[in-house]
Amino acid sequence: MSVRLLRLFGGGREAAAPAPATATVARERLQILLAHERGLLGQQPDLLSKLREEILAAVSRHVALDPDKVIVRMDRGKNVSTLEVDIELPNGLEPALAAAG
Amino acid sequence: MAKVLVVTSGKGGVGKTTTTAAIGAALAQSGKKVVVVDFDVGLRNLDLVMGAERRVVFDLINVVQGVAKLPQALIRDKRLENLALLPASQTRDKDALTEEGVGRVIAELRETFDWIICDSPAGIERGATLSMRYADEAIIVTNPEVSSVRDSDRIIGMLDSKTVKAEKGERVEKHVLITRYDAARATRGEMLSIEDVMEILATPLLGIVPESQDVLRASNVGSPVTLNNPSSSPARAYLDATRRLLGESVEMTVPADKVGLMNRLLGRRAA
Repeated sequence: MSVRLLRLFGGGREAAAPAPATATVARERLQILLAHERGLLGQQPDLLSKLREEILAAVSRHVALDPDKVIVRMDRGKNVSTLEVDIELPNGLEPALAAAG
Repeated sequence: MAKVLVVTSGKGGVGKTTTTAAIGAALAQSGKKVVVVDFDVGLRNLDLVMGAERRVVFDLINVVQGVAKLPQALIRDKRLENLALLPASQTRDKDALTEEGVGRVIAELRETFDWIICDSPAGIERGATLSMRYADEAIIVTNPEVSSVRDSDRIIGMLDSKTVKAEKGERVEKHVLITRYDAARATRGEMLSIEDVMEILATPLLGIVPESQDVLRASNVGSPVTLNNPSSSPARAYLDATRRLLGESVEMTVPADKVGLMNRLLGRRAA
């Protein structure tokens, strides 16, 4: 009942329940993003990108990588970031056979 | 048949990125497969407005240069499964974009998506010209303000001369979208009216988006305004504009926020 009254007089949502402070979300998002861009969370600018490149280089020394079979996902967080590298490796000995033959 | 839509303006800060995100999400919600492409190399922001900034792995330049395949660079939206983002590079030079490379990426995107929405950077330099180069349609985002209207006129001239369509003797379908419109000020004669802008630019009107605090709220949380608060006045304006883009005939109105009785009595303006 009180909610309805407030809505009638105050214009609804803002009066009934305070709007979530979106500026807080904005500040947090920017802090995380800029910390990564400035290289504060890794030792160098974008540690995640560097790791991604080196992991792919290491794997491709042993197997011929099909770029279509590589999926990389990143999530840069405040306390933890994740790097997900999903590489589909060919089964068996095709690379060796191809090299021999 | 895929459509390439450029969102452009010449002037900065008029609402290109807001518009790209809002219309991109609205088209995706209507069932279309949509990709939004950020052409603002060096100063990307579409990722932030879409709320995907933490997940950027590869970017447009990586794809143009062959470092990454297109599917690897596309970021799927977490809210709408048929909406994707191709981010701009934050670190590279805008000269890394080549006409041929952009053409290849657009052609590949055409195979997968119904709508390819190119978010142009401000200005008339390389990023801006390449974002419109392959366009079938264009949204010229304009504020009812002298410098914005002048820049829009300049951009309309470029759409008619510097695009692949124009060079083939065809036409890019152009739409003007008026944003940050304040009906009260226009009524008081303090702001160019819709009629003034339409008469000067002589280009069909796609919609009128009112000035609203909801736009800032949406960008704060990284959500297109059409998803963040679909009943807000800017969201309703963008949803109408999207329906017109899809060929529907929708009556042209300026959506207004609902003002409470108390606010109305006190003469407060709508939020």
